[in-house]
Amino acid sequence: MSTATMTETAISLDEATRFIWAEADMLDRLDYKPWLPLWTRDGCYTIPVEHETQDFENQLNVAHDDEEMRQARVKRLLSGFSMSAAPPARTVRTVSRFVVTGEGEGRIDLRAAMVLVEYKYERTRVLAADVTYRLVREEGAIKLDRKVVRLANCDDYLHGIGYLL
Amino acid sequence: MSSTDYAALVKQDRVHTALYKDAAIFEEEMERIFKNTWVWVGHESELPGANTFKKSFVGNQPVIVTRDKAGEIRTLLNRCRHRAASVCEKKKGKQSVFVCPYHGWSYDIDGGLRKVPYADGYPEGLDREEFGLIKLRTEVYQGMIFATFKEDIEPLVEFLGPARKWMDLFMKQGAGFGVKVLGEHKFRFPGNWKIQLENTTDAYHFPIVHKTFLDSLDAETENIFDVIGSGGWVEDLGHGHSVMVMIPDLIDLDENLDAPIPDRFAELAEELRAEGHDEDAVRKIVRAVGGTGFNLNLFPNVACSMAFFRVLRPVGVAETEIQHVAIGMGDARTTPSPAGNRARLRLHEHFQGPMGFGTPDDAEGWERVQRGARAGDDLWIMLNRGSEAPEGRPQPGHNAGDASSEVGMRAAYQQWKRMMTA
Ligand code: FES
Ligand SMILES: [Fe+2]
Repeated sequence: MSTATMTETAISLDEATRFIWAEADMLDRLDYKPWLPLWTRDGCYTIPVEHETQDFENQLNVAHDDEEMRQARVKRLLSGFSMSAAPPARTVRTVSRFVVTGEGEGRIDLRAAMVLVEYKYERTRVLAADVTYRLVREEGAIKLDRKVVRLANCDDYLHGIGYLL
Repeated sequence: MSSTDYAALVKQDRVHTALYKDAAIFEEEMERIFKNTWVWVGHESELPGANTFKKSFVGNQPVIVTRDKAGEIRTLLNRCRHRAASVCEKKKGKQSVFVCPYHGWSYDIDGGLRKVPYADGYPEGLDREEFGLIKLRTEVYQGMIFATFKEDIEPLVEFLGPARKWMDLFMKQGAGFGVKVLGEHKFRFPGNWKIQLENTTDAYHFPIVHKTFLDSLDAETENIFDVIGSGGWVEDLGHGHSVMVMIPDLIDLDENLDAPIPDRFAELAEELRAEGHDEDAVRKIVRAVGGTGFNLNLFPNVACSMAFFRVLRPVGVAETEIQHVAIGMGDARTTPSPAGNRARLRLHEHFQGPMGFGTPDDAEGWERVQRGARAGDDLWIMLNRGSEAPEGRPQPGHNAGDASSEVGMRAAYQQWKRMMTA
């Protein structure tokens, strides 16, 4: 930011899209270390089990991570000691069909479609999800404040997932 | 070796890999095991009141478990008596009638056939008594619901036998509020169901496979999970059931309630006080929050494991579905503690489920077993670990070994052999 203002400027859809694509690219390349500082301190990363729920605190989730859990998760996935993540599956994901659902000072809410293809052990699997994001601008940089990944089959059976969604 | 010579495939300390990969054996297991014993179908709290139901399975056969107005629990085959359409495809819910979507036959929650559209199309008349949903014998112990196709089987309590003591202890994690299902993770792995069955009393894998889980804990908790060196044991409870004690200090959650509250639970204790619980209740909840210190394996398809039910469903010879059912405090008579149950949910998410810090690694291990079992034609699965159990701990007269022994697997396979050769 060239000018230090008291109010944070809004985040445009173009900025948000670039940010989300960069995040997706990071995750497919297992570049998890720079992924951590993409988050705000109170950021929340959630993968619910119930499809319609908003009350993540009082329901079971596949993942419901605060900063500490995200760090522990990344450490685990990169440690080389997790059988399900070493060797990791290869993933290719696209995120698209962005819809802006809310905007405020230094904040944008979006929902998007994600299709992720996983390959491991002679086998290719597809995961589809609706993802909602809340992005905020903190000291000029865009950060992830909320990310909720609602898998299309979240309340049905899944498989072991040894990577980040 | 003939693939139907089941006795020859199970020795005292090893089993043949054909048990994982022979489709004909799998089909026989569905008949001789899953249709001939008590099979877990749900927990009472999943049927919270009159006219509630949940879908489930007995072996690979779909059923609906229902509770009628009078509170009676039944297990019904999920199959219309007209032309076999499934009558219920909702996971759970509340309704007093199931209407078959195909031709509109309707059934009461107790399975009775209620109405048949255009019934005068059966000029000879239709005996409604004869065409209710098929009922399975159903019994409940400690809130756990079991059903069986075998009408003349021994009562559930006899089948459970010495395992009941451990079920009683397990339910103490309700901290006086009772136990209820909070939610469930479901996942599948491409492997045989018995690979998962073995795992529930396999402490040997824990420090290896779950290293990254252990690394994510604070030092105090990490110590508690040193399950091999902590004086625990595995005990054969008969009928294929077994218990693996990992944390002897947490066998009876009503004991040691005066112990100081561990630092890691200080925040939870504050929340509980703010909810209005007195100091006794706070201590009870804090002690119960991580569950019990043992895994109880009930042959063939359910385990009471620390703070959850682990349910397996055989899908195919090399495909198995697992449910990790998270349980918390509270039943119809009590007001549960929201903070206590939130803590349970977060602990569950930490280890269990498709992205937990433990489960994906277990699932990977099980898949590796199935993949490796393709190699070689006449090779055996070794189940011969078994150093002596700690002095005086297991029930006298029970076959037992230390926590890393394979006593539990041997117990399960001997039951498999009895049932497959009966
Ligand atoms: S199949 Fe159910 S009414 Fe015909
Ligand atoms: Fe495990």
